[in-house]
Amino acid sequence: MSAALQATDPAPLLRAEKVGKRFGGFVALAEVDLVLRPGERLGLIGPNGSGKSTFVNCISGDFAQHDGSVTLAGAKLDGLKPHARARRGLARTFQLPQPFGSLTVLENVRVPLLFGGHAAEATERAMACLEQVELAAKATKLPRELTQVEQRRLELARAIALHPQLLIADEAMAGLSHAEVDQILALLLRLNAAGTAVIMIEHIMRAVTEFSERLIVFVAGRKIADGAPREVLAMPEVEGAYLGKQ
Amino acid sequence: MDPDLVLLLNGIVSGLLLGGLYAAAATGLAVSFGMLDIVNIAHPALMVMGAFSVVLIGTALGLDPLLVAVLQAPLFYLLGILIYGVYHHFFEKRGEEALQGLAFFFGVMFIIEVGLVMAFGPEQRFLDPPYAFITWRIGEIDLPLRMLAPALLALAALGALHLYLKRSFTGLAVAAVAQDAEALRLMAVNPVRIKRLAFGLSVALASIAGGALVVVQPVDPSSGQIFIGRVFAICIMGGMASLPGCLTAALLFGVVENVTATFYGPSWSPAVAFGWLLLVLAFRPQGLFGRMA
Amino acid sequence: MSAAGERGVEAAVGLGAPRAAPKLLAPSPHHALFWLGAVLLGAALVVGLRLIGNEYGYFAGYFILQYIVLSSAWNILGGYAGYVNFGAAGFMAAGAYTAIALRKAFGLDLLPGIVAAGFVTGLLGLGTGYLTLRLRGVFFSIATLCLAVVLQTLIVNWDYVGGSRGAYIVRPREVPPFVSYGEYMFVVMLMLAILAVGISRTVELSRLGRGLQAIRDNERAAEAVGVPTLRLKLIATTLCGVLMGVAGAPLPYYSGYLNPEAAFSLAYAVNAIAMPLIGGAGSWLGPVIGAVLLGGLQQAATVTISSALNLWIVGWMLVIFVALFPRGIIGWFRRRA
Repeated sequence: MSAALQATDPAPLLRAEKVGKRFGGFVALAEVDLVLRPGERLGLIGPNGSGKSTFVNCISGDFAQHDGSVTLAGAKLDGLKPHARARRGLARTFQLPQPFGSLTVLENVRVPLLFGGHAAEATERAMACLEQVELAAKATKLPRELTQVEQRRLELARAIALHPQLLIADEAMAGLSHAEVDQILALLLRLNAAGTAVIMIEHIMRAVTEFSERLIVFVAGRKIADGAPREVLAMPEVEGAYLGKQ
Repeated sequence: MDPDLVLLLNGIVSGLLLGGLYAAAATGLAVSFGMLDIVNIAHPALMVMGAFSVVLIGTALGLDPLLVAVLQAPLFYLLGILIYGVYHHFFEKRGEEALQGLAFFFGVMFIIEVGLVMAFGPEQRFLDPPYAFITWRIGEIDLPLRMLAPALLALAALGALHLYLKRSFTGLAVAAVAQDAEALRLMAVNPVRIKRLAFGLSVALASIAGGALVVVQPVDPSSGQIFIGRVFAICIMGGMASLPGCLTAALLFGVVENVTATFYGPSWSPAVAFGWLLLVLAFRPQGLFGRMA
Repeated sequence: MSAAGERGVEAAVGLGAPRAAPKLLAPSPHHALFWLGAVLLGAALVVGLRLIGNEYGYFAGYFILQYIVLSSAWNILGGYAGYVNFGAAGFMAAGAYTAIALRKAFGLDLLPGIVAAGFVTGLLGLGTGYLTLRLRGVFFSIATLCLAVVLQTLIVNWDYVGGSRGAYIVRPREVPPFVSYGEYMFVVMLMLAILAVGISRTVELSRLGRGLQAIRDNERAAEAVGVPTLRLKLIATTLCGVLMGVAGAPLPYYSGYLNPEAAFSLAYAVNAIAMPLIGGAGSWLGPVIGAVLLGGLQQAATVTISSALNLWIVGWMLVIFVALFPRGIIGWFRRRA
């Protein structure tokens, strides 16, 4: 199924080939292939410990070494540090929000702009990003003064400031209420409509199915399914390995 | 036999004995730094403090220094508990280990060193037990009791700690506390209590190492400075949290340092420690034997 | 009396560069105003001390200014980026001995000696950082902790610069435009202090400073949003090394004689950390406040108590301050304000 997708896709945004990671003798991720089109909305699901975060860390460069190779918009990312990948348009958020605690909300968003070639107009652009996530009113607050969902939105604003071609949202909705999940979903959809491809890693099934146009499933470090959400979720092995355990 | 070879063999043997002592000094750090993730840079200073108190008590009561080293260990255990209590309350609990916590231990190290200078003066201190002047000979190899006895005490302390960590419930909890404090909580074990106990043990071990040290060589208040490089290099080389790794690294280190001193002069031994430390950090930060730290 | 004068520096410098609204909307830096204020203040100090006409004033002033340089240097790496450098004494001594060696070898005078010392210790900082900064921060700290011991071993074994006996530098009786040699040394250190504080302030208000703060708060997130963390840390370690070496280079000229024991004095190591942390690490003004306060106190106390007791008190102050006032004096005032 994934082979078919690869063959029909002329100009992929992200291409991961045989990406794998071992810790000592433990195989956390085994030879995963993935091809993503520009502007695509991909959902990535799987039980805890199935290798989702390991995969994200391989793509983002958090692991200095892994097997296989990753290409973004035709350029090889292997060996590049996370900051170099970020500047090439690869943004990510973390499972737990990781703000710069001593900097104000505005300064948090200015940091990527200062180092991303927009130092001169960093403040204006940062305010624009904050307006996109509806945090402009809290620009002078410190991160610890924000609510949980606001911290998630700050994390997204910081990612948006990188002008990403690809955003990896790693459980960006964990712990939020129904209404808050909708807020973040709307935000991601708006961002996607503006051209950013999104990989959404999420345990909240409602959010993933609502958002994704394509779904892949990881189990025990392997990709076991790849396709349209409805078809993937109907596959017996997915139901058995993943949904059955939920 | 070739005199150079004899020199080398003797250098290796006394290096191994010295390494036994280093092992005792470094395993305390393997517990605090390796297992508990507490960067106790005051560890060597506490060791020197142990050496001074052995000299003081041993001279006053006319006791054997190694015996005093063992007897005073409970006091240092209590001191360790006190230090950990302060560290936990003001730094660990607030999540300020990195900058303020490190500065705290630096302050403790400094207070101990300058305090010793004020109390005893900057001179070297020593305490020779009667057997310090006996040397056994096996063929052409010298086994000075001055080095053999402290090394045996150090290894005994190490063995006891190893058994404790592997066999007792609390010992196993110590090994687990750094990796998964949450799991311990589920087992109704208070991780803070475990860390306090383990840190106390690490300081007690430092004091035993100090007592052993004072038999081997004279000690002055600033002796701890040279040991910082030694014990951290050994601890990191040994894979941070592994006692067998620590012992192996210490023996290896003792031999290299002692052979260097034999052939190039003892004034270069601090450079050996630092050189090793830098090489380890630059090329094998996961240690010679360990997994990724 | 000089301590009072120094406190004047810090107050007026504070006026010259308002930091009333820290980390709100991008603060306007007022760089020209700062330099003008600092230079005017320096001139006022020189004139004031000349009017008083007491050599001790220059002595005490030099002592405090040297610590302003040293603690500002420490703060660039420790305060902004959160990476602790324990090797202040080592860097300081490396600077001092560079000046001695170059004087012996080429007859270089103080000012070129300062430049060369900064170059050497900058490389030293860069090298140590390059080898250890890819790891967790504590490994860098441990390496700097050992660095001083090793440098001391090297110097003690290096007969060319006097070995353990020490080295003499013949001081001229007078340096023309200055009334005394003491005033000359004071003015040199004053310039270095203005430079060091200015650099530390410029770093804090620049993109580099923001990047370092992001590293201190969350290094992984900083990398993820495009901050080249390793490069920034290396720049900071190099700057820190340069300024520490520069603080040490005038030392042999100041005392006329230097031995390893004095050059690697524990006092430098502990003060370089205690002063910024007590004053308030993370802001350029913190180390200045800390150096003036602690330096002035130690200067006043040496008259009545031994230097060991003096240092012991500094050690206790460090421990007590980091425990009770982790943001230092500045942080304490900001919170109350």
